[in-house]
Amino acid sequence: MLHYIGKRLLQLIPVLLGMTFIVFMIIRAIPGDPAQVILGQQASEEAIKALRTTLGLDNPWYIQYFDYLKGLVTGDLGQSLRTRTPVVDEVWPYLAATIELSVFAVIIAIIVGINAGIISAWFQNSWFDYLAMVIALIGVSMPIFWLGLLNQWIFAIEFDLLPTSGRMNVRDPIDSITGFYIIDTLITGQFDQLATVMRHLILPGTALATIPMAIIARMTRSSMLEVMRSDYVRTARSKGLKMFWVVYKHALKNAIIPVLTIIGLQMGLLLGGAILTETIFAWPGIGRYIYEAISFRDYPVIQSGILIVAFIFVMINLFVDLLYSLVDPRIKYD
Amino acid sequence: MIINKNGGVNLGKKKIMSLAFLMLLLISTVLYGCNGGDEGSEGDGGETGDEGESTEEKILIFGRGGDSVSLDPITVTDGESFKVTKNIFDTLVNFGAQDTEIEPGLASEYSASEDGLTYTFQLEEGVTFHDGTDFNAEAVVANFDRWAGGDADQFPYYGSMFGGFGDDEGHVLESVEATGDYEVTMTLKRPMAPFLKNLAMSPFGIASPTAIEEQGDAFGDNPVGTGPFKFVEWNRNDTVRIEKFEDYWVEGEPKLDEVVFRAIPDNSGRLNALLAGEIDLADGINPSDAETIKSNEDLQLYERPSMNVGYLGLTTTREPFDDPKVRQAMNHAIDRQALVDAFFEGYGEVAKNPLPPVISGYNDAIEGYDYDPEKAKALLEEAGLGDGFEMELWAMPVPRPYMPDGQKIAEAIQSDLAEVGITAEIVSYEWATYLEKAAAGEADAFLLGWTGDNGDADNFLYVLLDQDNIGSNNYTYYENQELHDILIEAQTEVDEEVRNELYAEAQEIIHKDAPWVPLAHSTPLLAGGSNVVNFQPHPTGSDKLAEVDLE
Repeated sequence: MLHYIGKRLLQLIPVLLGMTFIVFMIIRAIPGDPAQVILGQQASEEAIKALRTTLGLDNPWYIQYFDYLKGLVTGDLGQSLRTRTPVVDEVWPYLAATIELSVFAVIIAIIVGINAGIISAWFQNSWFDYLAMVIALIGVSMPIFWLGLLNQWIFAIEFDLLPTSGRMNVRDPIDSITGFYIIDTLITGQFDQLATVMRHLILPGTALATIPMAIIARMTRSSMLEVMRSDYVRTARSKGLKMFWVVYKHALKNAIIPVLTIIGLQMGLLLGGAILTETIFAWPGIGRYIYEAISFRDYPVIQSGILIVAFIFVMINLFVDLLYSLVDPRIKYD
Repeated sequence: MIINKNGGVNLGKKKIMSLAFLMLLLISTVLYGCNGGDEGSEGDGGETGDEGESTEEKILIFGRGGDSVSLDPITVTDGESFKVTKNIFDTLVNFGAQDTEIEPGLASEYSASEDGLTYTFQLEEGVTFHDGTDFNAEAVVANFDRWAGGDADQFPYYGSMFGGFGDDEGHVLESVEATGDYEVTMTLKRPMAPFLKNLAMSPFGIASPTAIEEQGDAFGDNPVGTGPFKFVEWNRNDTVRIEKFEDYWVEGEPKLDEVVFRAIPDNSGRLNALLAGEIDLADGINPSDAETIKSNEDLQLYERPSMNVGYLGLTTTREPFDDPKVRQAMNHAIDRQALVDAFFEGYGEVAKNPLPPVISGYNDAIEGYDYDPEKAKALLEEAGLGDGFEMELWAMPVPRPYMPDGQKIAEAIQSDLAEVGITAEIVSYEWATYLEKAAAGEADAFLLGWTGDNGDADNFLYVLLDQDNIGSNNYTYYENQELHDILIEAQTEVDEEVRNELYAEAQEIIHKDAPWVPLAHSTPLLAGGSNVVNFQPHPTGSDKLAEVDLE
């Protein structure tokens, strides 16, 4: 097992290296001069030239690339061209905000999605099955933008139940310690603030969860249907075992593996794909951080931001692969 | 809970986790129920403010589209940074409440010599910076020394407004000296008409020299000025918090205890936050939402006095726009009134000059090109293009106050042009690319605009249309020696009347040559709760909140 993990981690190096190269080339292929964008429309020619030199943008691309790699090896993710702050120093609050939101969304998606899928398969062709699958179909094709605004309107304005946006009540701010507000409020024992944080998570969390939830539900259903037809399930039922245990204990165990794969992929997509949700719900996360860096041609932030997200993505997938062997002992990595 | 012997344990643990989380959710819901929704006392939509939870503090929350880049105003050029620093720093002289006339600021009196080469400022006494150090002539000199010793990379606005740095030939400031404890004398190399207006701009807020020395590069994260509010904290991309400066030198100000600038990027999301009472003021309201706000008695609509222009630029080096007749024909072919009615919902006025009417020097005698397709066709005929021609029409990819929806405006123009036989193909690029390509002269005709910095005619006419600025802000590559001479003369003319005559003449020339189709001067909209009092949006886009109060 450890051998396998070691091998997988080694394989990460060329993957990440290739990724830095592709990202590096793509962002330099798009026109637009960071120096011009930083200095604004008023800037003079000379000022722009001077800034290009200061930023090292005058060097040929391969020198810029190797400089970047050299920095990476020593843990230097570069310095934001816009804020002049090292990316390492400023990225954490954004990353924490996105992780908190994504984890919350994934948990909603898993709980609701898996159960909806199981029950749909259990009562195949029942009204619940039809309803759940129609909702799932709508969920997959729902524009997040529209759903988010609609939810804001219904739950925040019409019924006044939840806040429209943000991570906390700005009239009563939370002091950030770890960057995860749930953890911050828990360790300082501010339970009223914890409630506020949870309430702020619900709307963006459900908006972000909608698509993965629908995908997980559909995947679980089809996987469950297949397993439910197998012999061992019939045997279990003929033994007189309660249907609930047959479904949740015996069938689910075999049906869950393809679902796990999907969950792993969806989690990665959530991390990077949270841009829309973060925009509508004014969530100060890494999606918006990278997105805004793109319009400012903030190369180091784009490169390192994508690198971080990609790293988390591959780590999640590695984790999911390892999980297979725990769920199904027939799968062995050696 | 399912626990089985071979590996399913893990799944069980996961379920326990999930259940624990569900419990947490339940608890939080119950908690919420108990507190009865205390958050920001959102009560009945819009009716919010100070009577929030437990405290009597007056906290104003200003919702805006983006975050600040830095809070050291001299290092940035973006409006979102100035919105905050305007309230942390004071300038030597101020703009009027809602115009760009010059009023005393940190300098209680100021005078210029006859030849316009020496300015003397008498400073307010008894002013302190937020860090407790004294504001005096030395502090002012220290700020100017810092700026003049920098470069365009560090202090971009200083270079563009005062012609350069240190020993640069163009640098207009010969010297800045403390001629008394509270008297500063500035000597200029040549007269500069908009000198005082430049000094009133937000980037030139006076910072505490002690703090600058202590903080170094981190000053932008810990700004210290003399303004009505002092800096508290900054959560990037989220909130900037500033609080009342108890020792503020203006008696009775500020009225608010705290101001929070909150970044909510999406216009609809921001309006929703306002409707839910989570913010008290919302910047960047879509013209199409104006009616909703007006009909809501908990809200009020604010109109920011216009200091901008949206235009269709015609690249004068590209055929057939090298012919003034074709450019005039374009001016006649486009129905500007219809554009303003449709896309600005009436919150804007048709433009006939490159600068908005609020600016001193505006030539109202000019008669704008009227919408007349027949005349346009006749002009095209004269230019030998009676059968029309094909062109690219560039549409701005981002909304700006002066151009709420570039794509739709381009479509309307496209159909206007079709009527006179011109076939326009709409093209668009991502914003940074768009600007770069347009500056390189690659567009036939492009939508663009400008928001003024200091409320001076020079900041529109010279910056946007002089031959000196080809390749930067003169995107049309328009060149006219006569115009250039006038604009340069106006820069050093200190007599306001003579100067305005020069600008009137300049606008005549531009009108005749028609490098642009000026489209509109828009009125940017803001909205606020009905409990907000004394909020006066400023044409420059950065609003001083010292007099604003919550009822």
